[in-house]
Amino acid sequence: MSVPLGNALAADNYLNHEKGWRSWLFTLDHKRIGVMYLVSILASFLLGGIFALLIRMELWTPGRTIMDAHTYNQMFTLHGAAMIFLFIIPGIPAALGNFVLPLMLGAKDVAFPRLNLLSYYLWVVGALLALVSIVTGAVDTGWTFYTPYSTTTNTSVISMTLGAFILGFSSIFTGLNFIVSIHKLRPPSMTWFKMPLFLWGLYGTAIIQILATPVLGITLLLLIAERALGVGIFDPALGGDPVLFQHFFWFYSHPAVYIMILPAMGVISELVATFSHRHIFGYRFIAMSSIAIAVISFLVWGHHMFVSGQSNLASLIFSILTFLVAIPSAVKVFNWIATMYKGEVELATPMLYALSFLFLFGIGGLTGLFLGALATDVHLTDTYFVVAHFHYTMFGGTAIAFFGGLFYWWPKSTGKLYKEAWARLGAFLIFIGFNTTFLAQFLMGAQGMPRRYYNYLPEFAPYHKVSTLGAFILAVGFLIAAATLVHSLFAGEPAPANPWGAATLEWQTTSPPPHDNFPTQPEPGDPYEVDKWVYDPAARGYVLVPAAASAGRA
Amino acid sequence: MSFLSFVAEKGMFLPFQGSTVAPAVDALFKFIFWISAFFFLLIVGLMLAFVIRFRKRPGYTKPAHAPTHNTLLELTWSGIPLILVMVMGVWGFKVFLDINTPPANAYEVQVTGQKWKWLFTYPNGYVDEALHVPVDQPVRLVMTSEDVIHSFFVPAFRVKRDVVPGRYTKLWFRATKPGTYQVFCAEYCGTGHSDMLTSVAVHEPGGFEKWLDQASNLLNTLPPAEAGRKLYQSRGCAQCHSVDGSGGIGPTFKELFGHKVALRGGGQAVADEDYVRESILEPMAKIVAGFEPVMPTYKGRLKDQEITALIAYLKTLAAENRPAAEEKGR
Repeated sequence: MSVPLGNALAADNYLNHEKGWRSWLFTLDHKRIGVMYLVSILASFLLGGIFALLIRMELWTPGRTIMDAHTYNQMFTLHGAAMIFLFIIPGIPAALGNFVLPLMLGAKDVAFPRLNLLSYYLWVVGALLALVSIVTGAVDTGWTFYTPYSTTTNTSVISMTLGAFILGFSSIFTGLNFIVSIHKLRPPSMTWFKMPLFLWGLYGTAIIQILATPVLGITLLLLIAERALGVGIFDPALGGDPVLFQHFFWFYSHPAVYIMILPAMGVISELVATFSHRHIFGYRFIAMSSIAIAVISFLVWGHHMFVSGQSNLASLIFSILTFLVAIPSAVKVFNWIATMYKGEVELATPMLYALSFLFLFGIGGLTGLFLGALATDVHLTDTYFVVAHFHYTMFGGTAIAFFGGLFYWWPKSTGKLYKEAWARLGAFLIFIGFNTTFLAQFLMGAQGMPRRYYNYLPEFAPYHKVSTLGAFILAVGFLIAAATLVHSLFAGEPAPANPWGAATLEWQTTSPPPHDNFPTQPEPGDPYEVDKWVYDPAARGYVLVPAAASAGRA
Repeated sequence: MSFLSFVAEKGMFLPFQGSTVAPAVDALFKFIFWISAFFFLLIVGLMLAFVIRFRKRPGYTKPAHAPTHNTLLELTWSGIPLILVMVMGVWGFKVFLDINTPPANAYEVQVTGQKWKWLFTYPNGYVDEALHVPVDQPVRLVMTSEDVIHSFFVPAFRVKRDVVPGRYTKLWFRATKPGTYQVFCAEYCGTGHSDMLTSVAVHEPGGFEKWLDQASNLLNTLPPAEAGRKLYQSRGCAQCHSVDGSGGIGPTFKELFGHKVALRGGGQAVADEDYVRESILEPMAKIVAGFEPVMPTYKGRLKDQEITALIAYLKTLAAENRPAAEEKGR
């Protein structure tokens, strides 16, 4: 029984450095905060997923299947709100980013550890308020809170919007922390273009979080002011303008979809490079496309209002800008595929998620073209075509990347290896289930099936049946993935420092990392110089090639 | 696979083309579809090819040198998609202008959206729950909402427009084939959103004028109970009140007239002529126990004569022993 080499230093690590629940609740360690976020966010995902299954069960037949119309409207609102505000927006930055960002920088922590803990607790308060509104009269407005419906409906809109308002602050603080960390904590030898691409993704995300989220905050406050004090802002009965709300709302919420997708693209860059075992292709184009997306994303919000009566000229401009934002995304996809060329592609679980991402985000992005074009959008907007499109980007894109990242950094954060075969089976079922659920929705959407419909015409029944079956395949896939991870916590083999052969700094410390992250200060180089790492069977992971040997190889 | 045969029979994507703009929209849809299909197959094809060709396996060593960047390639795969999407953008705008620009001679119908029904007011003042239009003639809808935002959507015509309280939005189309087409509300508006359905009846040449003439003179051409039945269907009562005793947003009309009803907050009332009239004109005055106060007032929307006809119709629903035919023959 020999102790694996890479594990020799793991005896004292961040998980056992301090003990007791207080050491967790009051921790300033970015890794522990990341883990707390992860647990909370996965719980929200479970909740949102249960809502989704209830929705799909209800839609098994037209009319009443298991619940009445009002309950159904609450279900899709809660599904959307939980998934967007509690899972997708914070998912990658707050859970994975918190854990990985300082490690990738070779730093001890984020720039403001206390602010980081505050972000987490704001998230908890926001989530609790959302839960309160579920108990006291679940909101039925849709996650978009469109006025004047949201100012007149009889449900707990105020506590729900207050929850979203507070969650917004959590998001702003995280963004602020990341921007300062990236500017101030980068080691001198890590220049901007030597940064891992995940950090570029988080940086672009943080810019949007800081600049766009305050607008959502103000909008939601105005909504509360109108509901509680009767100040006329959006409600025409009080002299307001309901379409103004849509402008305000989407001024945040469209950039917000890039808050969701940019970090996901960062994760995919890491996964594709690592599991192709070669240098990422087109580093600068990938990095700059993140910034381009962040900038253009502020200028496309009007594409949600092509049929709201905005002027033809405004619609034209928003349509053209929308098409423009497609280009940097396409550039990334081409670069990821080029990265596999002449590589050594390893189909480990995280790579299966990355390949799923390319397939699903490809469909999500390309179907966006139908919605960016004005004439086809008129027919397709507010139908299941849109529902399918954004699930392909948000779920097929962000959520799949999140789970890819989770399986990628799992050995690092827990120190345990999971069973590959089961993890792959989970990834495969998620892929099959997802496509079954949402491809059918493209078809019925193009046929004219409107979204947010409790009841539907019998002609749409076959599509709905297929979609519901797919949702259950998806659920089984997630159960298997979850069981695999939980099993690894109790019975997993200890993880080596670098199980995948990646060259970014987080793999140059033990798994799990010590409290201070690195036993010795790592020396950053090119984050994609993977040839410096070779597999060592004794360590059961990758180890650095001695400098002399690598010089000899080159 | 019954699902696949179903899809094959329905057509893969778009529904029947019933308006002049539908073929133009569908042509753009097809253009984007084939471009997308090409790029999707390219992406997935290359991905699979590289995974198979360069996969990690015993005996395989990766090539010693692989390119890490290629500016010309980057500019090519940025530039070609850019040109293609700009074509889509401009093409989409051109057709969009056609969708949004009604001809000068369009026949105008006023549309009111409210939870959860549509009302169509024709130039002669007649109001109906369904839209009727002549074939091959441009029709312009001037739309507004009584309460929250709705959206008027006819898939067969490829048109959709939000219906917003406090302002007028417009939509036009020229139907090309007689028939009946589905209308949906496409903007979420609450409990009855998915039942906010109606239809567009496209009449043969000459048929529309005949229909409008007959429909406008219900009270003069039919017995009151029969006219009341038509009003019940055409003026939105049917959306919430059933006539067969089944549940709905409002109480059923079956065996209502002449019976006692329990009121919300205690007390009861007899559903006589005055009660029905008050419920129509001031719906908030007496709410039946177990129901929400959500009915809009019909003050100014129904004439006295029409209310009388509705009451006559309610009487036929209460009189279970008297056959409806006898009632009609009075």
